[in-house]
Amino acid sequence: MSAVRKPNAAFDGIAKIGACGIFLLQILAAVPRSLRYFRETVRQVWFVGAMSLVIIMISGLFVGMVLGLQLYDVLSRFGATAASGTVVAFALYRELGPVVTALLFAGRAGTSMTAEIGLMRATDQIDAMEMMAVDPLAYVVAPRFLAGILAMPLLACLFNALAIMGAHGVCVTWLGMDNGTFWSNMTSSIDVWKDVMNGVWKSVAFGAVVTLIATFQGYTTAPTSEGVAYATTRTVVFSSIVVLALDFVMTAFLM
Amino acid sequence: MSANPTRTPNASRKDGALIEIRGLRTVLGGKVIFDGVDLDIARGGITAVMGPSGTGKTTLMRHITGQLAPDAGSILIEGRDVTRIGREELYVLREKIGYLFQNSALLTDYSVFENVAFPLRQHLRLPEELVRNIVLTKLQAVGLRGAAELMPAELSGGMVRRVALARAIVRDPMMIIYDEPFVGLDPIALNQILKLIRTLNETLGITSILVAHELAAVRRVADQIYLLAAGKIAAHGGPEELARGDTPWTRQFFSGEADGPVPFHYPAPDYAGQLGLGAAGHDGPTVTPAPPSRVPPSVAPVDETGAARRPEPRP
Repeated sequence: MSAVRKPNAAFDGIAKIGACGIFLLQILAAVPRSLRYFRETVRQVWFVGAMSLVIIMISGLFVGMVLGLQLYDVLSRFGATAASGTVVAFALYRELGPVVTALLFAGRAGTSMTAEIGLMRATDQIDAMEMMAVDPLAYVVAPRFLAGILAMPLLACLFNALAIMGAHGVCVTWLGMDNGTFWSNMTSSIDVWKDVMNGVWKSVAFGAVVTLIATFQGYTTAPTSEGVAYATTRTVVFSSIVVLALDFVMTAFLM
Repeated sequence: MSANPTRTPNASRKDGALIEIRGLRTVLGGKVIFDGVDLDIARGGITAVMGPSGTGKTTLMRHITGQLAPDAGSILIEGRDVTRIGREELYVLREKIGYLFQNSALLTDYSVFENVAFPLRQHLRLPEELVRNIVLTKLQAVGLRGAAELMPAELSGGMVRRVALARAIVRDPMMIIYDEPFVGLDPIALNQILKLIRTLNETLGITSILVAHELAAVRRVADQIYLLAAGKIAAHGGPEELARGDTPWTRQFFSGEADGPVPFHYPAPDYAGQLGLGAAGHDGPTVTPAPPSRVPPSVAPVDETGAARRPEPRP
């Protein structure tokens, strides 16, 4: 019997998780060196943040409108439509805002990061930087990682704001709920530190996780067009799963 | 006197080897790429590394630049063993090396000017006017000063290669590695690149390593040639000496023959069997399957499925 164990999917998966952990440590070590590329970090914040605004804002508006409509309908059966704004805000600040923003962020910014870094790998641009004595982790990866962590909470806040406006539009403007009741119930029930900040911490963590997965997939992609395509797909799939799993863990700890 | 005007004796050449490789052994994916390679790169000279595809020429360059660690052996550059130095020291060494990649590896988001300026901006704090002058000087040398504001996607393959060359020489390195520099160049650009390689070598004393297949072009500039085959140095000497083809390796490689120590055919199973002719009792010659081999195709012995013994298909 051979002493060498043939690799299988389980071992391969564990090895990949380990490699991703090492990659995270390498990024963190490269962050101080990346501070000299401050303009690159700003450019990435603009790219992953500002360029994602449209999809985040439109999605937030419609998610809020749907939430407002559904909750108003359900709560009206119990004569509790006055709580519509409060429940919408709870759902958004604690869960939907960070989670849906992270999923959209993975689809919009994560995929572009993976594709860009993957193509840089496939066309030897990463190796060229190495040969020019420029650390690609500090110049390419760390700025994107920082940009993701900075942009995600801001995008989640905007998502929440637009969603609240959407819910307000449906509940108050369309269905005739009292404007004062909508806002006063919401503001009196929501705790900034417990509810809003919970969502902020979550979005920071989701931003780090999504950008870590996106940059790892791009950096380690097979240098072929097929490899880049698979890596981009894996970014969306893995990011979605990890965001939802991490959301459960964080919710359990933050409640 | 050399018959070729481009290749002239380098009077300024210093003595000694800039790079000394000893006992290099590399196994990649179960294939033996190098098996005890010893090689010296002369300081201030132009050394060409040639060999059939897949013999590890680019891998050798990756070893020299510390991008890939060998399984055994030493690579001394100016007395420092690249296989043993740390990352910081490696980066200091790489700042003195220009590398022209096979596919040029230009940064696609940056203009031609910014690509050439990239190494300067990353490592030196120079006034913008000086950066501009240096970059334009290098672009002028490769004939692309007028293309400074274009993006890489707007350039032809030959122009991309010349921009990459300008970037490789922008910091006046002590050594330049040209990995397949002649691919995709038209005759005019090829001639200019050859002259530029020789000029850089003679005027600045830059050590050059040239990985190429084009013997005609290599003969015009190289001082010495190493022919890699079967994981070893198959031949070594001056261009004229090797071009005479005194060994089976040089004879086959430089005359481009299919038959010789380097098999043209990748190891394959029985040809007739694959065509569905072998088992049907056809009366063509019997072809035995090639034995399974862990040796790379360029290293493996000629198998019996070669063209000379290919059975004729039945009408």
